[in-house]
Amino acid sequence: MTAVKRLFRQHSGIAGMIILGVLVLTAVFAPIIAPYGPNEVLIGKENIRKRAKPCIHLLGCPADQPQHLAGVDGNVRDEFSRLVYGSRISIFIGFVTIGFAIITGTFLGTIAGYVGGTTSNIIMRTLDVVLAFPFLLLAIAIVAILGPGLVNAMMAIAIVNIPTYARVIRASVLSVREEEYITAALSIGAGHRRILLQHVLPNAFPPLIVLATLGIGTAILETAGLSFLGLGSQPPDPEWGAMLASERNQVFSAPHLVFLPGLAIMLTVLGFNLLGDGLRDALDPRLRL
Amino acid sequence: MLKYIFHRIIYSLPVLFGVLLVTFVLARSVPGDPCKSILGEKATADVCARFLHEKGLDRSIAEQFVIYLNDLAHGNFGESIRFHRPITQILVERLPLTVELGFTALILACLIGIPLGMISALKHNSAADIATMVGANVGVSMPVFWLGLMLAYVFALLLKDTPFWLPPSGRLSAGLSSMPFYEVWGWYDKGDAPKLLQFVSNLYIFNAFITGDWQLMRDAIKHLILPSVALSTIPMAVIARMTRSSMLQVTQMDYVRTARAKGLHERVVIFRHIFRNALLPLVTVIGLQFGVIFSGAILTETIFSLAGVGRSLYEAITARDYPIIQGFTVVIAIGYIVLNLLVDLSYGFLDPRIRIE
Repeated sequence: MTAVKRLFRQHSGIAGMIILGVLVLTAVFAPIIAPYGPNEVLIGKENIRKRAKPCIHLLGCPADQPQHLAGVDGNVRDEFSRLVYGSRISIFIGFVTIGFAIITGTFLGTIAGYVGGTTSNIIMRTLDVVLAFPFLLLAIAIVAILGPGLVNAMMAIAIVNIPTYARVIRASVLSVREEEYITAALSIGAGHRRILLQHVLPNAFPPLIVLATLGIGTAILETAGLSFLGLGSQPPDPEWGAMLASERNQVFSAPHLVFLPGLAIMLTVLGFNLLGDGLRDALDPRLRL
Repeated sequence: MLKYIFHRIIYSLPVLFGVLLVTFVLARSVPGDPCKSILGEKATADVCARFLHEKGLDRSIAEQFVIYLNDLAHGNFGESIRFHRPITQILVERLPLTVELGFTALILACLIGIPLGMISALKHNSAADIATMVGANVGVSMPVFWLGLMLAYVFALLLKDTPFWLPPSGRLSAGLSSMPFYEVWGWYDKGDAPKLLQFVSNLYIFNAFITGDWQLMRDAIKHLILPSVALSTIPMAVIARMTRSSMLQVTQMDYVRTARAKGLHERVVIFRHIFRNALLPLVTVIGLQFGVIFSGAILTETIFSLAGVGRSLYEAITARDYPIIQGFTVVIAIGYIVLNLLVDLSYGFLDPRIRIE
């Protein structure tokens, strides 16, 4: 049975794909789904006060009041529209951050595993230093240097994630390197680059795909944490962590403005985690937890 | 055994040196002028020059690093630029809170995570198993700061005026203050006690316990519940998953079948044969949770207005208080290395087959 078929037989994989499918569709069709612009201030346009509770006509909200599915935020913007547009930022954060971490990690891990010796030692000990810091602490320090902002926060999260990927790739490369087909390739005169790109890396990739899917969820969670501390996404971007942070002091008076962005983060991360679980079972049953 | 510990410590030294170097460089790379950020924008060039000279910040980076290493070797972490107080003193005041919070969260995670994982493994594919695994997946996906705020909303506001009410911020209720055990017992006057005793006395729950101040202890525990529950969810979920998978693997072993076949009581099979052998990967995973817990502590302390190490570090970084950033980070990194060493050493105790040379 192929890996894809196996994936479709996993409950968690299917649940993950459904959640992520909805998320991707929301991101793609955001302008159609969202009734307002993400940064559209409704002062003067509608008679509504700031931090108004959700008004849903189907649930008995008077028809003469404008409908706001998730209420209105502290700057009188439609929360639902901001949540919808926020999906774009979350997907962007997840893929770009982990993409960067994987590319750098693969590069370093491959060199460390294939070349070995002092080079490997220097790379791995440097990565050990990165791992000796709690990730959020290092990420905060990096953002403090680069300056607050979404791109810098993503860069910081990417950097703290590099060692994980480098280690996995190195371990895979080390085991693949000893296989007979590598000796065979060497004996027919293949160069190092060809061996690396055609033989070593493709065989070292499956564990990486699983790790990356799970990593995207974590990266979204960590970046949201930085945004929550005011170091990530800056206003008025509709980033869920930042949206939650800006209303956190109103949690007692307008809980929906804290609850809904957090729920959106949780569902997105859950989607990636479930898909990662499904992929792991489908790609490598030995890793099954 | 001693030789192994010694080797491990030696092996940790390069990493520790790397941590010191990275922390030092990172702290110095934070943009902005420490003089202006501490003394304010109106500080004149003259005042600034004197300030930088006093703090040794006008020397070359290499010189500053050597001075810093020398100070560290003498147990001197320096003085906070903002508070004009020794770092060790600030650590003694703030580290206990983080230790108390992190420790409670980890205990909670183990106490709930391990039994859930065990039930899940023993009742494989049952409703309890599926519920636990769904719960674990939700648990690892939950933002700590969101859960913290939601818990505060439910327990401090919705359950107000019920016996389940819990305070949403701070370490103690207004009007209560913790009296160090060495003062209660008349050993030392305030501030004269050795740092270690001060540190221990700032573990409020422990201090209240040994001095028998039950009202304070109850209050401190009440304040600790919400932050530690919020902080424990991710480790709890990870531990539950790991317990389950590790036990599932062991359950299929021949010796488990043999144990059952020779008529051992099921409880003996589960605890002595299955759980004991499933512990090794579990301990590794629990060890890995220290980092998760500390990272979570930064967020949790922010939400629940707790002046712990996580919150202080975050504030120090934004205020460019180099000595605090360096001192705290070094202590955390050393703590991290020591905890990992303990985890490695525990392998030998858990599995006698692992002979440590």
